[in-house]
Amino acid sequence: MGQAMSVLVAGAGMHPWGKWGRPFVGYGVAAARAALREAGLEWTDVQFLVGADTIRNGYPGFVAGATFAQALGWTGARIASCYAACASGAQALDIARTRILAGLCDVALVVGADSTPKGFFTPVGGDRPDDPDWLRFRLLGATNPAYFALYARRRMALYGSTSEDFAAVKVKNALAGSLNPNARYRTAVTAEQVLASPMVADPLRLMDICATSDGGAAVVLVSPEYARRRGLDATVRIAAISTVTPAFPNTVLELPCFATDSTAAVPPPERTFRASIAHAAYEEAGLGPADLSFAEVYDLSTALELDWIEDVGLAPPGGADKLLRAGDTALGGRIPVNPSGGLASFGEAVPAQALAQVCELTWQLRGTAGARQVVNARAALAANQGLFGHGSAIIATV
Amino acid sequence: MLPSKRLCHIGPMPLPAIDGWFAVDDGVAHLLGTRCADCRTVHFPPQTGLCRNPRCQGEDLAETRLSRRGTVWSYTNACYPPPAPFAAAEPYTPVTLAAVELAEEGIVVLGQVKDMTVDDLRVGMELELTSGALADGPEVWMWGRP
Repeated sequence: MGQAMSVLVAGAGMHPWGKWGRPFVGYGVAAARAALREAGLEWTDVQFLVGADTIRNGYPGFVAGATFAQALGWTGARIASCYAACASGAQALDIARTRILAGLCDVALVVGADSTPKGFFTPVGGDRPDDPDWLRFRLLGATNPAYFALYARRRMALYGSTSEDFAAVKVKNALAGSLNPNARYRTAVTAEQVLASPMVADPLRLMDICATSDGGAAVVLVSPEYARRRGLDATVRIAAISTVTPAFPNTVLELPCFATDSTAAVPPPERTFRASIAHAAYEEAGLGPADLSFAEVYDLSTALELDWIEDVGLAPPGGADKLLRAGDTALGGRIPVNPSGGLASFGEAVPAQALAQVCELTWQLRGTAGARQVVNARAALAANQGLFGHGSAIIATV
Repeated sequence: MLPSKRLCHIGPMPLPAIDGWFAVDDGVAHLLGTRCADCRTVHFPPQTGLCRNPRCQGEDLAETRLSRRGTVWSYTNACYPPPAPFAAAEPYTPVTLAAVELAEEGIVVLGQVKDMTVDDLRVGMELELTSGALADGPEVWMWGRP
């Protein structure tokens, strides 16, 4: 996509992640106001608001765009609401970007926020035997960590990753998170602490698995022409948004599925689903893994961060552990991964998560990430995946 | 697990926890999938209507019994009782799960593992389909020792 087709980030904002126990709307509004403040714009300047939906907070969560717009004060702005599980934020961003690129608006606000119950995510209530997300709990007791653990065990068997490697990911991310004022967990941890934490889904322990959190994130997107006209400090460019779905046959067992697609008739595609998510973003941006200054990847578990590092092309299959052990993916390393502290430090606030990644991309690329600043960051990728086959990858550049 | 197993012998067969996904005939369990008559793609859970192969126009998906043996793609357990709608046994013992690859169908199928813990499992080992009761009675497919 050429410069003429670009959309710029004018501001990013977050409500700190935590277990605050308040309605999601407040987190979203706080994040929106922070993003607008950073952009130097008013809510009344916003022509289009997109809300990333939450499914655990009743009707207001299903119509997040309207909910946030009302809370900020009705202005008549156009809105959209969308849900794509953990990829909701990327889709919301893409909807906003597309409307700007189409010339239908100049300023769009994208907001996601969640308020989560304690413990495992559970399916939406009621007896719903037609819903695979309900059935996987009913028939198998297969929680989200169970799927993360299947990937982790598979990784150990294929590549020889160890529990010590997984613990090292947590140690690295906790250290980065300790430097992030928006993170929920801000304490450095030791490998011994991780390895002594209770086993949840073998081989993953409590400290290998991300928590479920409350939080909110927001981004203000503008057209280059509008940024110029208003004199905004908008140097970060959205170079790609990938919202791809899997290609048939998908040979990796996806949440919340009971089985993979069959390869009986059609051979597996060239890339796995996760790899295809990043690939589409690289193609759109005209960049490759070697161009990145850092990456934010979806570390639902410590082991999954290692998978992602390979899926986004920063290491060959089985090579992420080597990068980790060499310190390459740590802050100050050759290619920092999750300088925000990642989900390990934030926990998961589903509709806000992809937007939180974009906030980190924005602040790092603006050079305002403080103690966790990646030196001379020029280009970065954020990758994520929502259950039911939702890809999410964003590349931003300066 | 054991009490309901005994009940099987003195009472009626336990109800399946889900209809049409597996069958138990004379104590032999089979997963029930569907196979596209046009492209031969296999679907599990059984798919009706359209074949999921995007380059196939097939709508004739006939029930097929999947291979009973496969190799472990990966495995894990649930050290804490999974939340509802799962009915956790009391006292709770960890549920073991395995994703098993069926070579002929080219498919990996997730299931509970019967009478084995994660210490008994390794990636690549062979397991065979069986069935067993959930803590509140209904029966599901499970992977077990061949």
